[in-house]
Amino acid sequence: MLLKLLWRNAFRHKLRTALTILGMCVAILAFGLLRTVIDAWHSGVEAAAADRLVTRNAISLIFNLPLSYHEKIRAVDGVKRVSYGNWFGGIYIDEKNFFANLVVEPRSYFEMYPEYTMDDFQRESFLRDRKGCVVGRKLVRRFGWKLGDPITLKGTIFPGNWEMVIRAIYKGKYDSTDEGVLFFHWEYLNETLKKTSPRRADNVGFYVIEVTHPDRAAQVAGEVDQMFRNSRAETLTETERAFQMGFLSMSEALITAIRLISLVVIFIIMAVVANTMIMSVRERMGEYAVLKTLGFGALFLSILIFGESLVICGLGGGLGILMTFPVADLFRQQVGDYFPTFIVKDVTLLLDAAAAILVGTAAGILPAWRASRVRISEGLRRLG
Amino acid sequence: MSLLVSYSSRSLLTRRLTTILTASGMALVVFVFAAMVMLAEGLEKTLVDTGSPDNVVVIRRSAKSEVESGIERIQASLVETLPQIALDSAGRTLSAKELVVLITLPKKGAGSKANVVIRGVEEASYALRSQVDLAVGRWPRPGSLEIAVGGSVVRNSRGVRLGASIPFANRSWEVVGVFNAAGTGFSSEIWGDADQLMQAFRRPVYSSVIFRLRDPADFDDVKALIDGDPRLTLEAKRETDYYREQSEMMAKFLRVLGTSLTLVFSIGAVVGAMITMYASVANRVAEIGTLRALGFQRRSILLAFLLESMILGFAGGCGGLLAASALQLITVSTTNFQTFSEIAFNFSLSLKITGQALGFSVLMGLAGGLLPAIRAARLNIVEALRES
Amino acid sequence: MEDRTFIVDIQEVSKSYRRGAQVLPVLDRISLGIPEGDFLVLMGPSGSGKSTLLNLIAGLDHVDEGRIRVGDLEISSLSESALASWRAFHVGFIFQFYNLIPVLTAFENVELPLTLSGLSSKERREHVETALRLVRLEDRMDHRPKQLSGGQQQRVAIARAFVTDPTILVADEPTGDLDRGSAEEVLNLLEGLSSDLGKTIIMVTHDPRAAKRARTLKYLDKGVLADAPETALAECL
Repeated sequence: MLLKLLWRNAFRHKLRTALTILGMCVAILAFGLLRTVIDAWHSGVEAAAADRLVTRNAISLIFNLPLSYHEKIRAVDGVKRVSYGNWFGGIYIDEKNFFANLVVEPRSYFEMYPEYTMDDFQRESFLRDRKGCVVGRKLVRRFGWKLGDPITLKGTIFPGNWEMVIRAIYKGKYDSTDEGVLFFHWEYLNETLKKTSPRRADNVGFYVIEVTHPDRAAQVAGEVDQMFRNSRAETLTETERAFQMGFLSMSEALITAIRLISLVVIFIIMAVVANTMIMSVRERMGEYAVLKTLGFGALFLSILIFGESLVICGLGGGLGILMTFPVADLFRQQVGDYFPTFIVKDVTLLLDAAAAILVGTAAGILPAWRASRVRISEGLRRLG
Repeated sequence: MSLLVSYSSRSLLTRRLTTILTASGMALVVFVFAAMVMLAEGLEKTLVDTGSPDNVVVIRRSAKSEVESGIERIQASLVETLPQIALDSAGRTLSAKELVVLITLPKKGAGSKANVVIRGVEEASYALRSQVDLAVGRWPRPGSLEIAVGGSVVRNSRGVRLGASIPFANRSWEVVGVFNAAGTGFSSEIWGDADQLMQAFRRPVYSSVIFRLRDPADFDDVKALIDGDPRLTLEAKRETDYYREQSEMMAKFLRVLGTSLTLVFSIGAVVGAMITMYASVANRVAEIGTLRALGFQRRSILLAFLLESMILGFAGGCGGLLAASALQLITVSTTNFQTFSEIAFNFSLSLKITGQALGFSVLMGLAGGLLPAIRAARLNIVEALRES
Repeated sequence: MEDRTFIVDIQEVSKSYRRGAQVLPVLDRISLGIPEGDFLVLMGPSGSGKSTLLNLIAGLDHVDEGRIRVGDLEISSLSESALASWRAFHVGFIFQFYNLIPVLTAFENVELPLTLSGLSSKERREHVETALRLVRLEDRMDHRPKQLSGGQQQRVAIARAFVTDPTILVADEPTGDLDRGSAEEVLNLLEGLSSDLGKTIIMVTHDPRAAKRARTLKYLDKGVLADAPETALAECL
């Protein structure tokens, strides 16, 4: 009986209920999407492996390290593999077409990053062509590239027009793998630099180290940095995760702001649903009085009202959760290029549901309290 | 007309709780909108004020900022021979060759790190930046390991203050002065002697050449000379343009984010307004019938209810703006995507933003109240009167 | 029979209501002439169509067939917005439940119809004060309806009804919600308006006390108009 009454009450005023459900749906949608954006921002951290370290110049990211460090790092106990590269930062046709592009020592790098999977034949063909490059699937989709296409990158840090040919396309092994990167040969960069600005040659932007066991990460990092202390270029070695987190902390303020804003939307919708419930209950005060005369107590009335509020929020929230997927897809098409990955996590959906329950409960408090306190005489007067 | 306004606004006050809740929803939306746009405006303002229209910045061609740029000594000297450069009172050219590097300094409290700009300056640098003033201490002596830090660096970084020693590039640098840069990007920088810094960082090249034009109208000539010279791989920009471009990406990002979030949130608030106004109409059916009977036209009814929902929106807008204006007390310090360096700026509330926010709130009220007002106007008189 | 001395002339008027697929006839070829200054009372059982007829005379609804003339104007052919303008200056309304605007004061309620005219604020004030003086409520001008008793509210409504000096005054069960004393007061007022000021009043009522004040009494049953028989009067009680 309680459920029947609850359900029918919720839909008594169809337009009002429909509008409230709509508002709830949009709010949950917004909440979920904002969280997904924050998650996407963190996805670089997610993709980090526990057995990889990044070594870079201790002073600043913009300074390089000498190539001579390579052998020394390899000799450290606990180091399984070493690779190196530079952030190239080239522009493809227009600044707006931003994507990550790096030069790397190809053989060792891709051995260390098994999550970038590619066809063996393509891999060989890339390794053999010094002017070849590897591109991720996302880039291929974005620009309509094919194997064998020539590409020119306009250098910003390393000026000039850099021509290369797509020799391989990689796929990400995990959901969290970024498929939007372009890699090409470090040797190509270095050979060119030797001719144009020799002072800049034989320098790398970073080293990546694979350790034999994740437990040895801290020890290896310490040893590497110790080795180069007081030298011309001191190093800072940290786990890949810490390195990625470093980038994130730069946008900390912004991320915090977005987190706060996602809470604001919950408050907005709370005000709206509370308003709806207060109005509905006010209109039905007389009926609640009648229910009291029939012997139903304050608890019954409270459950009735909370239940109604939760039904409305549940329907709105559920709709919002369902719509999150297609809308996130739409988002991904628009801004996915700026984030390594853009996926809706399960945690987000759980939080969506929690938010809906929270709003439903909070919105029902005042009206439930009012209804439970209605005096029978007062209520009946309103019915007449 | 005034009776109409009285009628509409008093009708809003009869159901206080509902009105407050609905207006609060709209206030929150306006708050988010204003906050994001104020942030973008604050960032732009800080960066634009950093530049002076009489100054020219020369960096390497296609470098996006001083940080990425490298200018050989020879090229720098060539630039300084341009006849359009102004002279100071002692007859020397008002131009400076500067070095810009980023170092990481720990932030106060959070334990995270920030990339802070270190600028190697020459004597003329101080004269070129009229916005920069010493607050305490003195400027670093040329040829020394002394540095002066901007006010924002002191506020946001751990352990940076007058008299402190900051270690980087294998040396220890003493803070001999703190400077005010009146809400410009310089406030987030550390300045020291260019030659000393170049040695310490082992950078044999400069990052930029800054000079003042004798006559601001000469800029086009100067630009043609510099950009077109085959010996130089450089480009020249007006300082104001240079800094404005640095804020473009981030300001745009903030505005787009702010506007799209606001639009989505406003759906919720408009729904709330719609619900409230429908209820308002439903409660006053007899009243509407009476007004129609007395001779008021349908459009007067429409207008009255639209006015009511617009006042509701306006009230929400004022509330949201009031809350947003309090944000002006907060300083935000974050990394500028474009330059990779830390910059501190405020929320800046301008008349334009106030107008936009209020206009938007009235629009929300209008959107929410339109359908209910139409319903009110279309009521049949006789049926409406039956409800008394 | 069209007579130019009638201020209200109703000719062969029919009206039906549609409820879903059903058509319910309410008025069947009614004809009625009301001379100027008359105090006409319409009585009849519930659902007889008296309120409907009143609504038609007041221009709140359209006839299905027939013609209605009020003053110089044939209102049955007017458009809706023209009717609204016409009502503002030619009809005064008095409802059973007063129908005052709750958020406006007594003064403002009476002023309301005057805002549709071109009168200045000062002129409006004069008219309103005069009207409120006539109903003896000038000391309660700034009170809101909820601060007034039922009788007082109805008197304000009467002031509102004649402040524009309308051609006719229509009253739908004006004493229906009032106690005996207030009802007497209201009826006295209406009678005074008719006898002293020569206003034409058309009233619908169940109340036999109200019926006694009538100069002309008509009886409406099943959509047909007749002079009220004594037995029918008794039935109303």
